[in-house]
Amino acid sequence: MAQLELFLQTLISGFLLGGLYALIALGMALIMGVMRVINLAHGDFMMIAMYIAYWLFTFFGIDPYVAVFIAGPALFFFGLAIQKYLLTPVMKVDSILPHNQVILTVGLAMVFSNLATVFFTGDYRSTPVSYASSAWYLTDFWKNSPVELSLSMPWTISFVIAVMITIALWIFLTKTDTGKSIRATAQDLDAALLMGVNVDWVRMVTFGIGLVLVAVAGCLFLPIYYLYPALGKQFTNIGFVIAVIGGMGSTDGAVIGGLILGIFESMTATYIGMGWAPAGRFSIFVAALVFLPGGVASILRKRRLGK
Amino acid sequence: MLEIKNIDVFYGDVQVIWDISFEVKQGEIVALIGANGAGKSTTLKTISGILRPRRGEILFNDIPLHRLEPYKLIETGIVHVPEARRLFVEMTIEENLDMGSLKGEAKKEREITKQLVFELFPRLLERRRQLAGTLSGGEQQMLAIGRGLMGKPKLQMFDEPSLGLSPILVKDIFNVIKRIKEEGTTVLIVEQNVKLTLAIADRAYVMENGRIVLQGTGESLLNNEHVKTAYLGV
Repeated sequence: MAQLELFLQTLISGFLLGGLYALIALGMALIMGVMRVINLAHGDFMMIAMYIAYWLFTFFGIDPYVAVFIAGPALFFFGLAIQKYLLTPVMKVDSILPHNQVILTVGLAMVFSNLATVFFTGDYRSTPVSYASSAWYLTDFWKNSPVELSLSMPWTISFVIAVMITIALWIFLTKTDTGKSIRATAQDLDAALLMGVNVDWVRMVTFGIGLVLVAVAGCLFLPIYYLYPALGKQFTNIGFVIAVIGGMGSTDGAVIGGLILGIFESMTATYIGMGWAPAGRFSIFVAALVFLPGGVASILRKRRLGK
Repeated sequence: MLEIKNIDVFYGDVQVIWDISFEVKQGEIVALIGANGAGKSTTLKTISGILRPRRGEILFNDIPLHRLEPYKLIETGIVHVPEARRLFVEMTIEENLDMGSLKGEAKKEREITKQLVFELFPRLLERRRQLAGTLSGGEQQMLAIGRGLMGKPKLQMFDEPSLGLSPILVKDIFNVIKRIKEEGTTVLIVEQNVKLTLAIADRAYVMENGRIVLQGTGESLLNNEHVKTAYLGV
């Protein structure tokens, strides 16, 4: 019974972690879909959002969950500016290297993490929220439950918010003209142009929304994680692994890939050892490349389009 | 209505269009015909701003299209139904139609126009929640035309609408194009199916190697010796 309990508990925490991972990967997938570019500064944008939330908490006592509504919009406008003044001009330059923009995002990542070290030092920080160690227990709700499971309160709240944001994004992408224009641009840029879509504008909005998603993920991670300037790399890495598992640029794939990776990491940590999570991540990354090169999205596409 | 004046177009350093001039008058069906690689599609792409002429002018009701941002084309009243349809295959049929009516008047009248398109192509109504990529070639062409109609065009440009379709479907598509003209939309069509195109065209231009070599009414070109030997195989 203890074995089953451990397994279920691991599954639950993996699922909760996966929900947050999915949010990071969703932003990356949106940007990748429209721009055909991997945003290798993705995690560093998340780091910036986390510092915003951290200082709001430290100076004004604003809860990280409330900071979502400040850090999100802040990163949105930051994203518009980065796209307009850095990425779009770089895209228009002819060069021997085909992916100027990717290299630019690598540069941005370095600049952001180093600036953060200069301004905020390399200290590990965390927000001591009052509910940090609160949890719900299954036996509180069901006295005679054969197994005892717990749900950490901050993890659960973060997960629920992540799910709500994901649903809001889905509604935006399927029900509004702007959302449809984003999807259309990702599928066929020239055709979107002929439909009257201002592609440069769509790129800006997409980059902005991608950063909102990762900013929200950052705020949601803050109560349950440490913050330090170099944290971005790890999360860029996670976003990239999920993109490969899910299928490059696919939002559905990002959600499924995020959950897969979350559960997989959680399992690795429980059954092999805490320190092995990155190794687990690497092995699933390689496995996805070898056995499922198109990611989960290729399976979805096959089922929907029959080819 | 549409005037093309002495345009030269290049792909990189290679000139593909040489000093082309022609016009489309209101209410006409005008065709550009010719073999593969003659420059017909390139001409359409230049009109819609995906390519830029290095020399010359393109005027649509006196608006200089060669200086217009490509995404603003549809607001002038020109809709380009591109070669190979270029649908948004992972969006539903209805979403594809919505994409055709993003701007101004067309957006306001989206639902009304949609009903007209469904009347014209009942098959699309049946399948409106299906992904565009699941449609057959003929249905995809209908959707591409329908998506174009959603923009309430004054001038609709078709690039190879018969490409890859069975002979029966080709006839259907040409009938639809005739009907579009009868309902008041001017049509510019690029085609390799010379016989059927000349039969519905008011006027046509024959392109060879990036130049216009012949022009005339559809009927006169059907009886032209050069057209007969080179394109009709008689």
